[in-house]
Amino acid sequence: MASNAAAPFWRSAGMTYITYSNLCANLVRNCLKEPYKSEALSREKVHYTISKWADGKPQKPKSVNFYRLQNQ
Amino acid sequence: MLRQSSRLLTRATTMTWRRPFSTDLPAANRVDSTFPEAWKKVIPNTEPPMTPSAFMKPRPVTPLSIPSKLSVNFVLPYSSELSGKEVDMVIIPATTGQMGVLPGHVATIAELKPGVLSVHEGNDVTKYFVSGGFAFVHANSFADIVAVEAVPLDQIDPNLVQKGLTEFTQKLSTASTDEEKAEAQIGVDVHSALNAALTG
Repeated sequence: MASNAAAPFWRSAGMTYITYSNLCANLVRNCLKEPYKSEALSREKVHYTISKWADGKPQKPKSVNFYRLQNQ
Repeated sequence: MLRQSSRLLTRATTMTWRRPFSTDLPAANRVDSTFPEAWKKVIPNTEPPMTPSAFMKPRPVTPLSIPSKLSVNFVLPYSSELSGKEVDMVIIPATTGQMGVLPGHVATIAELKPGVLSVHEGNDVTKYFVSGGFAFVHANSFADIVAVEAVPLDQIDPNLVQKGLTEFTQKLSTASTDEEKAEAQIGVDVHSALNAALTG
């Protein structure tokens, strides 16, 4: 059964379902009591270490947050 | 050019739709024995590789009479909260409204909104706050609930919920772009749902 209802407001604003559901999950995590809060937030933390190569040698590595990487 | 068309047309009309709904998983284990046999001929001293179907247990067939219990699988990205647990009822916060699932429920897929998922088992009621996800209800009284984040209600801090609610209500009034408005609206929705879960 296809729904004829209008798209949800976040979809109309150009958000994807992944963005929406991750935002919701993050808001819930931020409302937890300690120590559950820090545990939940650290579980979701993702970062990469990136180093560019120049002249056949790796440059100084730098740590990049996952969310900042997505927006680059 | 249209020589084949009459044959195609008759085939199309006589063809019946045999594929089951996606929520109905194959009941019997359909293992193809030709591959292991061919493997044994070529490499007799090595076991054939295992395929996903060898690891996954097939779902039981849909019983003719409605069973007394509902089997629930409730999974998060980092843990399995309930695995094949037999319960009396679950109440799912679907986007279309609260949805009570009892044994023998019709096969459904529902999108979850931020809200309370309650698992009823005799007199015991376990409540979780889920942030969003999907629920798959199968015809054989199995329900799979997949959520991005779920926490027991007693782990939520009411002060932070109130703080977040006022913060996002304020953001909603000052937001200018569509994206900011949507983000603020999501914030208000999630915090209102958290507030309702704690007070109600």
